[in-house]
Amino acid sequence: MKSIFGILAFLAVIAVTAQNNTLPTVDLKKPDGTIVSTDSILNAGKPIIISFWATWCKPCVKELTTFAEVYEEWQEETGVKLYAISIDDARTFPNVASFVNGRDWPFDVFCDPNADFKRAMNVNLVPHTFIIDKDRNIVWQHTSFTEGGELELIELIRRLNNGENISE
Amino acid sequence: MTRHMKKFFAAAFILSTVVGAAQNVLQNAQIHGDFQTDFQYYLPDSNIGADTVAEKLRCNGYLNLLFTSGNFSAGVRYENYNNVMLGFDERYKGSGIPYRFASYSHKDLDITIGNYYEQFGSGLLLRIYEERSLGIDNSLDGIRLRYKPYRGIYLKGLIGQQRLYFDKGEGIVRGLDGEINLNEFNTKWASSKLKATFGGSFVSKYQDDLDPFLKLPKNVGGWAARTTLNYGNWMLNSEYAYKVNDPSTVNYFIYKPGEALFTTMSYSKKGFGITLSAKRIDNMNFRSDRTATVNDLTINYLPALTKPHSYTLLAFYPYASQPNGEMAVQGQINYKIKKDTKLGGHYGTDIAINYSRANAIAKDSINDSTGFTQSGTLGYTSDFFAIGDELYFEDFNIEISHKFSKKVKGVFTWAYLTYNSDVIEGHTDGTFYSHIGIADITYKLTPTKSLRMEVQHLMTKQDEKNWANAMIEFTIAPKWFFMAGDSYNYGNPDGDKKLHYFIAGFGYTKNSSRIAVTYGKQREGIVCVGGVCRQVPALYGLLVSITSNF
Repeated sequence: MKSIFGILAFLAVIAVTAQNNTLPTVDLKKPDGTIVSTDSILNAGKPIIISFWATWCKPCVKELTTFAEVYEEWQEETGVKLYAISIDDARTFPNVASFVNGRDWPFDVFCDPNADFKRAMNVNLVPHTFIIDKDRNIVWQHTSFTEGGELELIELIRRLNNGENISE
Repeated sequence: MTRHMKKFFAAAFILSTVVGAAQNVLQNAQIHGDFQTDFQYYLPDSNIGADTVAEKLRCNGYLNLLFTSGNFSAGVRYENYNNVMLGFDERYKGSGIPYRFASYSHKDLDITIGNYYEQFGSGLLLRIYEERSLGIDNSLDGIRLRYKPYRGIYLKGLIGQQRLYFDKGEGIVRGLDGEINLNEFNTKWASSKLKATFGGSFVSKYQDDLDPFLKLPKNVGGWAARTTLNYGNWMLNSEYAYKVNDPSTVNYFIYKPGEALFTTMSYSKKGFGITLSAKRIDNMNFRSDRTATVNDLTINYLPALTKPHSYTLLAFYPYASQPNGEMAVQGQINYKIKKDTKLGGHYGTDIAINYSRANAIAKDSINDSTGFTQSGTLGYTSDFFAIGDELYFEDFNIEISHKFSKKVKGVFTWAYLTYNSDVIEGHTDGTFYSHIGIADITYKLTPTKSLRMEVQHLMTKQDEKNWANAMIEFTIAPKWFFMAGDSYNYGNPDGDKKLHYFIAGFGYTKNSSRIAVTYGKQREGIVCVGGVCRQVPALYGLLVSITSNF
């Protein structure tokens, strides 16, 4: 028990002095099996949306299908870029490429079969969506998707582009 | 100076050095974590077989904390089970810190000490992972190195012991893995249309032999080779794994070597994708303790070649891989009918067709004098390409997603399932054949308010006969959801067992914190409500789930 409190106290001290959380560096895979680092999640000074999903997760697919419908408009208006991170494991990972192409999604999809990125981002449940600002800070996140949730997301991106602080 | 004084000064000295160094470290330090707790209040119900739970309330809790600063990171996970919820292993008892690690990366070298998760290739030989909803955590506690000596070359080495609830398994796991990506390795091939990756791994476990009758191998080694090839729209993914003799409780202590092959081929282009997979498993149960069973101390992962379903009635009969032997195939087609066509309508239509089948492998006795799978012998012989007669599982399903208008969209599913309960569950109820039809309609009331309705029907002449299910969900984006549903076993020939499984609940999400409350009765399976999916055990009572991320 003592050791637990010791660790918690130590972490509390760090928490006070710590800064904003930035995007961690972790190796991912492209659906074609090539290894790619999260350092290549880039958008030239514009905001980034990162969305964790899986082929077997109905709300995730609904969320990304909705994003796909409005993505072109979003990009034109705000310059935002979306990266969909599949947490499909060895069972469904080989299906990701054909699943994504079959649905004709217009954004980049990376895979995290060993859940390294998921753990580093403290994701419990999917879908889980993050907004990353131009300095790679994680400024906002949200679990779950409900119909119409995309409206809040794009509004936040607009506010971020206007220089507002959207962290809560 | 007394001994205590000395200790004190030594500690103070170390602390001051640490603090000095820490000031540097802390300048770009980050701390983040996540929290999850599920607690359930249990009510007895003799009709559905829910027993009285002595504690009335049971709870699982998890807190992850991660600290990162530059190239250094460390983390801990506190877990609490007072007492563990029904459906999880009772050996999750009390509380503790079963997961803690520190890691450092310097240029192309990455070192982790403590607990870690890892996967080699597709995991046929090694996959160390956590799946909390299933109560699986086989993390290794030891040392892991990852090194990139050259462009396109990735090496991993590891050693450690596996987590067994709040204890560790006695076996030691050692592993090496290498992968080369030819297109990165040779810059001339960078823009080649052919993309090729090759990999290989070696894993061995050590466990002492104290068996009074059999002479068991203390060291059991296995190797695997894999490749991923891409050419234009084509992709081939293949891995083969072999393991030397490894007598264990699961394989009835036979001395036959094990092997597994997993191959996937796919073709995809804009709006069309097809995937074909095949798998053969023969005696490939691999654990760091030869007496371990269920989900304990597994080193490798044998994926089920079936589509994971999330609708309640479709998830009634899920398949699990049979490590002692199976041959399986799966095919999946994804097709998008274009917008503004006769079939596609104004918004286009997505069609997914999936077929999977798993059979036994053909097994023959070694000779007339040796019993079939008799312990202490090679057990049986098996022709690599021969398919066994016994059918384990078959699933044919079609899913059509169509948006009718700006306000209305629907997903329609039909499936035909064959489920061999004798093999999959170890029961003697035979094989179940079922037709399942599902309509899932979403109606958008306003841009942020919508109503979703699911109607499901399962038809079978076996097991508990026919089931019907209806569910209605109301959501206010992005924060609220409310739902109510009922599964009704109306086809049960026993009048007392024509039971309703009623469920109602709501959820509230604020950014990354979420609370969900459900009351009612539930059968085991994956449940997706209010935009989130997770696996839940059978239950009756009140369930509260809280998750948060910071």
